[in-house]
Amino acid sequence: MDFLRVLATRLFYAVMLLLAVLVLNFSLIHMAPGDVADTIAQSMGAADAEVMAQIRADYGLDQPFIVQLGSYMGRVLRFDLGYSYFYQMPVTDLILQRLPATLLLVFTAQILALIIGVVMGVISARKPNGILSYFVTFFALFGYSAPVFWTGILLLIAFSLKIQWFPVAGMRDVTLIGGFWAHFFDVARHLVLPVVALSSIFLALYSRLARATMMETLGSDYVRTAKAKGLPSRQVVYKHALKNALSPVITLAGLQFSAVVSGAVLVETVFAWPGLGTLAFQSIIARDTPTILGILFFSALMVIIGNLLTDFALRAVDPRMRGRG
Amino acid sequence: MKHFVKGLLMATAATAVLATAGAAQEEPKSGGTLVATLTGTPRVLNPAVQSGIVTGLVGAQMFAAPLRYDDGWNPQPYLAKSWEVSEDGLSVTLNLQENATFHDGEPIKSSDVAFSVEVIKAHHPFKSMFAPVTSVDTPDEHTAVLNLAHPHPALMLAMSGQLMAIIPEHIYGDGQGPKNHPRNNEDVVGSGPFKLVEFVPGEHVIMERYDGYWEEGLPYLDRIVARIIPDSSARAIALQNGEIQLATFEAEPTIVNRIREADGLSVSNDGYGGIGPIDWLAMNTTRGPLKDVRVRQAIAYAIDKNFIMKAVMRGTAKDALTGVHPDSPLYNADVNAYELDLDKANAMLDEAGFPMEDGKRFDITMELVPFPGYRPQTEYIKQALSKVGINVTIESVPDFPSWAKLMGTMDFDMSLDSVYNWGDPVIGVNRTYMTSNIAKGVWSNTQGYSNARVDELLEMAAQENDFEKRKALYAEFQEIVNDEVPIYYLNAVPMHTFYSNKVQNPPITGIWSTSSPMDKVWLKD
Repeated sequence: MDFLRVLATRLFYAVMLLLAVLVLNFSLIHMAPGDVADTIAQSMGAADAEVMAQIRADYGLDQPFIVQLGSYMGRVLRFDLGYSYFYQMPVTDLILQRLPATLLLVFTAQILALIIGVVMGVISARKPNGILSYFVTFFALFGYSAPVFWTGILLLIAFSLKIQWFPVAGMRDVTLIGGFWAHFFDVARHLVLPVVALSSIFLALYSRLARATMMETLGSDYVRTAKAKGLPSRQVVYKHALKNALSPVITLAGLQFSAVVSGAVLVETVFAWPGLGTLAFQSIIARDTPTILGILFFSALMVIIGNLLTDFALRAVDPRMRGRG
Repeated sequence: MKHFVKGLLMATAATAVLATAGAAQEEPKSGGTLVATLTGTPRVLNPAVQSGIVTGLVGAQMFAAPLRYDDGWNPQPYLAKSWEVSEDGLSVTLNLQENATFHDGEPIKSSDVAFSVEVIKAHHPFKSMFAPVTSVDTPDEHTAVLNLAHPHPALMLAMSGQLMAIIPEHIYGDGQGPKNHPRNNEDVVGSGPFKLVEFVPGEHVIMERYDGYWEEGLPYLDRIVARIIPDSSARAIALQNGEIQLATFEAEPTIVNRIREADGLSVSNDGYGGIGPIDWLAMNTTRGPLKDVRVRQAIAYAIDKNFIMKAVMRGTAKDALTGVHPDSPLYNADVNAYELDLDKANAMLDEAGFPMEDGKRFDITMELVPFPGYRPQTEYIKQALSKVGINVTIESVPDFPSWAKLMGTMDFDMSLDSVYNWGDPVIGVNRTYMTSNIAKGVWSNTQGYSNARVDELLEMAAQENDFEKRKALYAEFQEIVNDEVPIYYLNAVPMHTFYSNKVQNPPITGIWSTSSPMDKVWLKD
């Protein structure tokens, strides 16, 4: 019952947030100079005044702002995200076509960063002055400070050009003929480098945080008690301390989820990963308002779901959270 | 004399190429998949309603034009096996291939040609291509006669490459309107050597050979996969590790030089004459110091072209001195090259009434839009102009639409720009200089340039069917704009084709690069 109430409140806020995201962004895009007629002209290499006026009339861009906003919101409330000016197809179709690729990339990267980050953090927390600890610190700082598009190109040069282990771009080899497993491994092979590039930033964050909280937890009374009781050190660390050290990391991971989505924009561009990130970037450049808003809608949705999942994950690892709304 | 020598050299070079080609001549082999790249997702696959090089690469494979062009800018038969321009220049007759069919097996008829002209005239952004066409007669199924309001020599180029896609009336004439027709992007029924298999926006366009293609034995390739890879470094690496075999329109000097040294790959900048891209410095002639022709000329003298060609373009670009692409037979190289001369520039600025005070004459802004290659050229120009006391402030513009807005409304002093000729000057050159086209959006006459003689010359040349006379008119036009500098021409955009050595007959012959059919491309084992 309690759970349902929490869920209902969250959903209400989520819907309000989504509407706010749409209205705010519609206004923002409207304020940006230039419109989709300009970018269609760019894609055609010409801008005939008559053609441009025709494009604006076709898409209602010659209407006053408030009329455009009203008709857009009206459609959204009827679950219609509109029609992409630039790609000439329904925005929902366009996004659903790209969403799986982004979800695959983002979730794999996030989970990988979380697991490896925590493991690295715990290892270095156990011996804060060991070689391994310095390595983790160095690696974390490097990952955090290197721009992800640069890491991406570096990875490409190393593992696609010099040692040809992984493909350069895209999500699959379209010339491949084979069964499910052949395609599965093909996608997995394409996934490796983008995931490594994307997780590198977050790996750094998580490992630093896991290290810090783990060190703190290891110094706390109940850990000392557990040790005094004669439990093996391994058990103390992984069974008692880790659970407590984990909740800040999970909280951070939840908060960072939106950052992972925006990091995906760059990674997708470098690796030609056919996801929402590249679509978002191109649509903003193209002033393709319905597509941008559609993507923001879905990203907001993704972040909200990510945050909900974080909440439930916290409840799972930390019994103290369970009583709270 | 200069031209004669140049011609002679070219003829010798051509003979040499033919000789080597002859020695290495191999029987073309059918089959195989060519993996090419697109730099972005095509908005529409149907080139009758959308121009641009991304649509061109796929559009020109799926849709045939009446003509194609060879290296020497001579029209060659394609969907039209022959053609004829009437004596008075007021009609052009096309005799179509008799056994040509669309991808659904329906015959390609003269009525489809008439329909295509109508669609292109109404929906293609290059209005000047078919504007003089008043009607199309179809005396029989395989003869189409285009009637013209006045002689229109640009029509020949407008009937080639991606510019005149012959589209089926029975599909696109069904009342849904060709511009947003659902079959522009899926279940496309074309007239070209390849047909659409699959188009996944953001990923690829896959095409396969059309077995019913009218020319026996063609195309050689079984499939063309055009992969969409927006990042130029990723494209270069994909070429080097063999994932793709062909990349066109690659214009980043560092990447060009890197691929040049790569094993198993070839590089060429031939075959872009029709596209005709030129990088230039646009100057707003309607405001501030730039109103004065002497100031604009001084700017031209203060910029060291040699430095740009060697240090910025790293030897990858051809020089351009006028608004006509240097590969065009209409190009006039015999104009002022504005060799670096700071004394002359200073004297001209003094004379124009902008004396040097504390090392500075006046302030001016220059827009910088984030296009590849624009930043180094813009920064160099700022440096160069500071030497003659012109203080340039670079204004970074975030993206294309913002910049297009500034340019289209003439709210700028100076900016780098790249404009394409698109074959005939009537299509891609006139728009920049005609008084009637001032500030009609981006890539119009955004310089606000107006010269009655230029307008007159361009109008006469547009209707002059005699090539030599036409060339003379354009030569005078080029002299005037070179002299009055509404634009300082930097270089021909160094577009290059990268291809694996396995690729035979790569799209480097002709003038349209991959905006023309790849029916004769084949793969060596």
